[in-house]
Formats: sequence, C-alpha cells, structure tokens
Amino acid sequence: MLTVEKLSVKAGERLILDEVSLTIPAGETHILMGPNGSGKSTLLRVIMGLGDLEVVSGRIIFQGRDVTKLPIDERARLGIGLAMQHSPSLPEVTLKGLAQVLGDRYKNDWRSLATALNCDYLLERGLNDRFSGGESKRAELLQLLIQRPQLLLVDEPESGVDLVNIAVVGKALHQLLKQGKIKDREHSGLVITHTGHILNYLNADQGYVMINGKLVCEGNPRDLFEEISKHGFEGCVACAECKRR
Amino acid sequence: MRRVQAEIKKVQERLKEAAWEAREKPGAYGDDFDPAVFINDHSELNGRERELSAKLREVALLSGFDPEEKQRSASYLQKDADVLYEKVTGLYDGQVEIMSIERALEEYDWLWDYWWKTVDVDADKFTAYTELYQKGGYFIRILPGAKVELPIQSCLMMSEQEGSQRVHNIVIAEEGSSAEIVSGCTTVPQVETGMHLGVTEFYVKKGAHLSFTMVHNWAENFYVRPRTGVLLEEDASFINNYILLKPVKSLQTNPRAILKGRRSRARFNSIIHGRAGSILDLGSVLELIGEETRGEAISRAAADDQAQVLMRGKLLAYSNSAQARLECKGMLLSEEARMQAIPELEVIKAPRADLNHEAAVGPISREAIEYLMTRGLTEEEATSLIIQGFMKVGIDGLPEILEKMVDEMAKSISEGGL
Ligand SMILES: Nc1ncnc2c1ncn2[C@@H]1O[C@H](COP(=O)(O)OP(=O)(O)OP(=O)(O)O)[C@@H](O)[C@H]1O
Ligand SMILES: [Mg+2]
Repeated sequence: MLTVEKLSVKAGERLILDEVSLTIPAGETHILMGPNGSGKSTLLRVIMGLGDLEVVSGRIIFQGRDVTKLPIDERARLGIGLAMQHSPSLPEVTLKGLAQVLGDRYKNDWRSLATALNCDYLLERGLNDRFSGGESKRAELLQLLIQRPQLLLVDEPESGVDLVNIAVVGKALHQLLKQGKIKDREHSGLVITHTGHILNYLNADQGYVMINGKLVCEGNPRDLFEEISKHGFEGCVACAECKRR
Repeated sequence: MRRVQAEIKKVQERLKEAAWEAREKPGAYGDDFDPAVFINDHSELNGRERELSAKLREVALLSGFDPEEKQRSASYLQKDADVLYEKVTGLYDGQVEIMSIERALEEYDWLWDYWWKTVDVDADKFTAYTELYQKGGYFIRILPGAKVELPIQSCLMMSEQEGSQRVHNIVIAEEGSSAEIVSGCTTVPQVETGMHLGVTEFYVKKGAHLSFTMVHNWAENFYVRPRTGVLLEEDASFINNYILLKPVKSLQTNPRAILKGRRSRARFNSIIHGRAGSILDLGSVLELIGEETRGEAISRAAADDQAQVLMRGKLLAYSNSAQARLECKGMLLSEEARMQAIPELEVIKAPRADLNHEAAVGPISREAIEYLMTRGLTEEEATSLIIQGFMKVGIDGLPEILEKMVDEMAKSISEGGL
C-alpha cells in the first residue's frame, strides 16, 4: 500500500527527516512512537503533501505510484487521509458545511456518522474553532469516516480525549481500518501514539520508534511500547534485538 | 388649502437654497469627484418606453427584481428618470402603497414632514445635487398593522452612458406593520460610466418591523453616493442587508440609524466584494438614544484586484441601557488590494452603555486551504468554501437571493485563481 524510501525532508534549513524508510502492506496498521520533536508528525504531513516541507531525497510510493510530488488533493483522491495532531481552525466553514460537501462527494451518510461520533452538537460551529482537544479529534475522525481513505494517517488520536470518548475514537478507527474481518482487511494505517491507549482498539501489526528524524527501531508494537515504558527511548536506542540496528 | 401650499413652497425654497449653498461641499468621506459632469440631458424623462424589454427584464432580475412580480406584494421600477412600475399586487391593496415620490408629494401634504428629516440636505454636494436635480425615487408606505409577507420590490436602473440618477426615496412603516423590501440598483451592460445619487429616508413607527435588502450592481466606471437615514420609534426594528459584488469606480456610503424609541433595534449587514479598481468607503452609524436600544453592524469584505476597501462603523450611545456591537472582517485576495477597518465607539453621558467591536483584516489562510485539500477538495473548491463561509458566517437571516449571490461570487473568485 505505502512505501517510503530513504526519505529526507527539510523545513527551512533544518533537516527533520533523515533517510526514513518503511513499508505498510495492504490491510496492515503500523504504529509510530518517539520523543517529542523527533519528526513523527512531519513524516505524516509529508506523506499527505502538506506545508512548507521540502523533500530533499527519497520517494513516497502509494499503491505503486510515486506521489512524492503530487498536490495534496490528488493524494487525497487517490486514497490517502490524514487526521492531524493540531488541526487549524476555520471559523468560516462549519463542520456541517464541510460534512455535507464531503457526504455528497463520497456518497456517505454524514448525519449518522456525526451522531456515532458525538459530533451533533458541533455541527453548526466553525471547524476547530475553539473546539476542545477531544472535540477536535472527533471532528477530524468524522471527516475521515465520510472520506474513507485507503491509507489512514492518524496523529495522536487519543491525546486530549477523555476515557469515554477514547472508546468512541477507538471504534471509529477500528471501523475506518475495517478491522472487523481479517480477510477483507484492505485499509492500512499509520498511527502515532505516545500513550499506547489506542493499541487497545487496533490490531497493530508493526511498530517503529523515531528519534531525531530517523527510524531507529522496529518490531511488535506492544513489545516496543512496553520497552519504552520501562526504559524510555534511550533503552530503545540501545536495544540489541532491534532489526534496524 | 392655499395656506398649506404656501408653506410647502417656503419649505421647498429653503431646501433649494441650502442645497445651492452646499453644492461644492465635499463629502466627509470617500474620494472626491465633480457630480456636475453627470448632469446632462442623457438620462432625463424620455417616456419612450412604457414596458421593460426582454433584455432589461434580465438586467432587473439580476438585481433581485422580478418583472413577473411573482411572489411580490408591490413593485416600483424606475429606468433612468422614467417610472415603469408603481403597483401593488391585488392581494395587498390597502396594505401597501407604492408610487413615485413626485406623485406621493402631490397626494400627501403631510409627506413634507418626512422630507429631508433624517438626512441633511446640505450634508455635502451629493445631498445638495440630489435636491437640486432630483428626478424620481420611490414612496413606499406599509399601512398600520399590515403584515406584508411577500417582499416589496424596487429597482433603480440606469441605461444611459454618462447619465445619472438623482432619486429621493421615502419608506414609512406605519405602527405595528411589518414588511420586507428588496431593492436593486443596476445598470444595463452597455453602460460604462455614470453617477447614482440616492437619498433614502426610512421611518419605522412604533412596533413596526422593516427589513431592507439592497443589491448593488454597477459598472466599472460608476460613481455612487447613497445617503440614508433611518428613524426608529418605540419597539421598532430595522434590518438592512447590503450586498455589493460587482466592480464600481467609486462608492461611498455611511447610512445612519437613529434609535430614538425605547427598545428599538437596528442591524446593518454588509457583504462586499471589492473588485477591479473599485474605491469603496462603506460604513454605518448607529445612534442609540432610547432606553434599551440594541444595535449591530456587521460587515464582511473581500478585496480583490487593485480594490481599495475601507470599512467604517460607528456606535454612539446616549443611553445607559443601550447595547451595540460592531464587527468588521476583511479578507485580502490579492497582493495589490488595500483594506482598512475603522471602528469607532462613543459613549455620551451614559457610562453604563455597553458597546463593543471586533475588527480583523487578513489574507485567506494557506493552512486552511491545505486542510480542506487533505479531504480531497481542489484548491479552488477549498478557497470557494472558505470565502463563501467568510462572507456569510455570523450574518443571520440572510435572504435566500443573497445567499445564492454570495455562493456564486465565491465560486467565481476561486475559479479566477488567487
Ligand atoms: N515547518 C517547519 N518549520 C520549522 N521547523 C519545523 C517545521 N515542521 C516541524 N518542524 C520541527 O521539526 C521537528 C519535528 O517536529 P514534529 O512535529 O514532526 O515532531 P513530533 O515527533 O511529531 O513531536 P510531538 O511528539 O511533540 O508531536 C520539531 O523540532 C519541529 O519544531
Ligand atoms: Mg507530533
């Protein structure tokens, strides 16, 4: 589904991603961990094509096609979707307004999805306009549920979400990744998490640790998470079993 | 009777004199120009046409005037100086009166008590020219207690190159009445330059409600100076929706609402798209005099091309229980456009009055466009959605016709590219 090949990315003069490579086969969900500022969000953003990031070298291949230079909207139409860590606020566009546009486009019943995600009361508000952390995450997932991308990039879905809503978010991700039946798993995901809570709702196949713009480690996501919880990221760097070293 | 006539004559003479004195007085705001250039015989009464041609019908439609008068309670249309429509549709007979101001002044002596009472004749050369060279304008009166559900429509159309219109309109919403007026000002496509001077005086009586929607459709070399005054009595309410989406050379207006009656309310909504080389100076003034008066002035402006847009707003409170709010938001759509917002708040011996304002001017956010693009919207679609929302969000109860106009405008902007 997705192959990132030796991708190096600069923001301004600074190198943020340093020869990052990974492959996510169709139907698999991979988890990305790493300390603050290590470049996780940047990786997701550059796969989506956002912002003022400059790809210095390397390629992004999506379903066999090199998308490294494609505009954002074309990537979206090919089937890449992103739930951002911090989404910008658009007071001009109501959540309902956008949901309607997307509902028409992707032929989805946005109303029932909004209800399922506890978003009804947010519909008349401007997008992310003074939304709380959890509201913002749910609104983001609502849009993705309408969009139904093949590849789902999710940046810290659980941050700022309370215990009740984390189940709502978890279910939505589960639904998005069509993880119900293993045999028709076609949707893939790349999910960033610090807390690991989201692992309770997803069948994650692979995990990575990013430090200073490099993927330093990969393995079973639950094992990795346990390792990090015990020894911190330093332990992870030192980990002898790591395939990447 | 004779005595009354003599008095009227005196009033007229005094007004003409004051106007003559002010004929060279520049406007307080806006760029200066000489209105005399447009005083000629181009757009005088010709009486050639009694009806609108098929082509002119289309022009009227674009400014919200339905020549078929479907779903309308009354219609007034003036082309240059000729009045082509002044009629009330059957059902509303006895509820609304509509006619040219000349006819109304002839019919009603008392109308002189409403003539130049909310706008000063010697305010500037544009009011002066309106008085000195006035031809037409409408008189609309909603009779006491009448609830007029269907809109009353009016259209001021200009069809002569380098011509001008100088109209004086009076609208009276009598006690307990309610009505909606949709008014379009427009030029036929061949006309490139001209001038429009329009004085409009609104009188909203006790407990009456009036909504007035004005659509401006000018040509790139037009000079426009509307002058508007609104007087509100106890429990009266007035909503003014103004929309300008087409280029114009120079337009300055600053309507003033006088909230004299207790609990009266007024709201000005403006939606402006400054295009080409338009020089726009638009504002409104709310004078909150009565107790518990409420006012709102909300404007949304987008500046494109080389347009210069100045948004003003002034709230004046004379009563401790007055509350009002001003909101100017501007979006810059081109590198060469200019925009300025000047909100003013003033409290006059009413320390507990509550006035506030919010002003913001900025470009359309790249981040916001990209955000929408991640959902599969093209750059144009994303831009259009943002502009559409920007123009409408926070403006309640916009008539459907305006909603459509704004949507189309947003679409055309984004298609043209930023
Ligand atoms: N457009 C940009 N311009 C300059 N610096 C940037 C830009 N984008 C990201 N950075 C920097 O790159 C580094 C990596 O940022 P990124 O957001 O990818 O980290 P992260 O791993 O997601 O961190 P966190 O866990 O805190 O979310 C940070 O130091 C950040 O400040
Ligand atoms: Mg991050």
